[in-house]
Amino acid sequence: MLKMTHLSKVYRTEVVETYALRDFSIHVKEGEFVAVTGPSGSGKTTFLTIAGLLEEFTGGQYQLDGADVHGLNDNQRSRLRNQKIGFIFQSFNLIPDLNVFDNVDVPLRYRRLPGAERRKRINEALERVGLSARVKHYPAELSGGQQQRVAIARALAGGPRLLLADEPTGNLDTQMARGVMQLLEELHRDGATIVMVTHDPELAARAQREVRIVDGQVIDLDAPTRLVENPTPRPAV
Amino acid sequence: MGSYYVQLALRSLRRNVALTALIIAAVGVGIGATMTVFTVLIAMSGDPIPAKSSLLFAPQIDVWGPPAKVQVSSFPTPRLPGMLPYHDVMALLQGHAAVRQAAMYGIGQVFLPAQGEPFPRTGRATSRDFFRMFQVPFRAGSPWSARDDAEHADVIVLGAKLAAQLFPRGDALGQKVTMEAGAFRVIGVLEPWNPEPRFYDVGGNAFGRDEEFFLPLSTAIDHQLDVNGSINCHDRMGQGFAALLASSCVWLQFWVELPDAAAVHAYRQFLTNYASEQRKSGRFAWPPLVQLSNVRQWLQIQNIVPDEVRLNALLSMGFLLVCLVNAISLMLARFNARSGMYAIRRALGASRFDIFLQCMTETALVGALGGALGLTLTALGLSGQRAILKSVVSYTSQLTHLDGGLMALTVFLAVGAALLSGLYPAWRAARTSIGWQLKEQ
Repeated sequence: MLKMTHLSKVYRTEVVETYALRDFSIHVKEGEFVAVTGPSGSGKTTFLTIAGLLEEFTGGQYQLDGADVHGLNDNQRSRLRNQKIGFIFQSFNLIPDLNVFDNVDVPLRYRRLPGAERRKRINEALERVGLSARVKHYPAELSGGQQQRVAIARALAGGPRLLLADEPTGNLDTQMARGVMQLLEELHRDGATIVMVTHDPELAARAQREVRIVDGQVIDLDAPTRLVENPTPRPAV
Repeated sequence: MGSYYVQLALRSLRRNVALTALIIAAVGVGIGATMTVFTVLIAMSGDPIPAKSSLLFAPQIDVWGPPAKVQVSSFPTPRLPGMLPYHDVMALLQGHAAVRQAAMYGIGQVFLPAQGEPFPRTGRATSRDFFRMFQVPFRAGSPWSARDDAEHADVIVLGAKLAAQLFPRGDALGQKVTMEAGAFRVIGVLEPWNPEPRFYDVGGNAFGRDEEFFLPLSTAIDHQLDVNGSINCHDRMGQGFAALLASSCVWLQFWVELPDAAAVHAYRQFLTNYASEQRKSGRFAWPPLVQLSNVRQWLQIQNIVPDEVRLNALLSMGFLLVCLVNAISLMLARFNARSGMYAIRRALGASRFDIFLQCMTETALVGALGGALGLTLTALGLSGQRAILKSVVSYTSQLTHLDGGLMALTVFLAVGAALLSGLYPAWRAARTSIGWQLKEQ
């Protein structure tokens, strides 16, 4: 599903060159639930934005669902993003002007689907996350957990092949976070491929597999999701 | 997607009413100022007789010699008198060198109605060809006949307004009207007709009121009706109407209709031959110099649009530019404030073009609202223009009239101006860096 090989991402200024990702390789199979962990500034979010075709990479290769994404123009990337990827952000990123229904509708509009098809998908997605009764509410009228559920419904409505979650519980209290994680696990059981960036080891433990990133590189590709009794000291940041 | 963008645009406009109002005001004020001036300019510089402006010509002859000519930089040859003396007009009429020809001058008369107070009106003494040449529409009756012309008949054609005033029951035809000059029989009534500018007599008042009655030229000369217009003399003139007829003063307008290029060439030759004959006879001591201009050329030579109006037009365009630059800044601020939202939409599958279209739809809506404001301001501005222009032209109502076409042009211009202003801000918004913006969120 997601395959990056020797990927690099360099930010260049006149004075300095910064490697956000360096010789980065990862392979996520279809149906996997992978947690991506690492310290702050390790390149987790950069990996996620590249995986989500939100940013371009400097070198290496990236295949999404079997297709090489190198050289795609903006329209092609937008279309691919719309059709194959669902995003779940830490800060939910709902559009405040729009109610729940219209927020979930956004990606479907860019798919140019007919109105009846959109309504069907939206209602199914909201039912899936348990928010059918809140369609007319605006984000400001919802709790954090509910907002994140709306974001998940928005990600699901398009029937994506890959769900990318960036700290999906980062802005939630424990109870809400638990609810969202349960939902993600249910989606995984139903066959969704999920890549979740998190700094929380407890959340990482609930994934199928953990990938650890340090200084832009994967240092542990197939770490089993269990506690390590004598963890290797992390390099100083 | 179009209706979706409109929905989004309406939401966005409601979201920040103050900023929306500022942008609408920037567009509306700029458009209002520009259209106020351009309405007058368009009316003044339009073709008054588009169907025939290339077939109607004003002959000019150098009847005064070299010291009397004025060099006008916008025209290649020195400026000749715009009118002709009586002697030359009669000679040209008798030459019958054109398909149609009309000599004319402005007149004024006090009408003596059977009931009510006497009142003055302006009119024109002219040849019968005038009506057909200039496509003057008749409501009833017809122009005078060639016989009426030859017999200097006391006949009159009334304008629509005067006919309604003198004969409210609409039965003017065949009736007698009494003026200072005597009693005249009504043989025709016109439909409302007032070409703007009055190209055939720009020396009078090109944007003045309708001419309300018409008499045969021969009749007016017979009655020695005074000239209600310009008389320009190079030499001293004697006293009285007879002296005017005998002088070299120019006071008569003369127009001909020439159907094609060959006829124009032939008539120009006719004029040159006539001027040459005048030289041979000793009347002209200078080489023959003639000019033949169609309606548009004539209006250009006569500089029909006052310089004040042209200057106002330039200033208004500068002002519009300033307003549009302000609108650009405001739209940049508006779209910049929403860059996070655009990044979210991009992440969810919107292409750069989708975001660009969304922004441009919002801009077009602002333009339409700015156009509505501009229309209101234009109407207000035109009423102000009427007051200002009264010092330049005597009858401004039609010049400062905003018809359906100009209203549509105002809104079209407003939307176009807004779209132009919105191009760069929309382009910038579409190029939002998704990853960076989402991280900032």
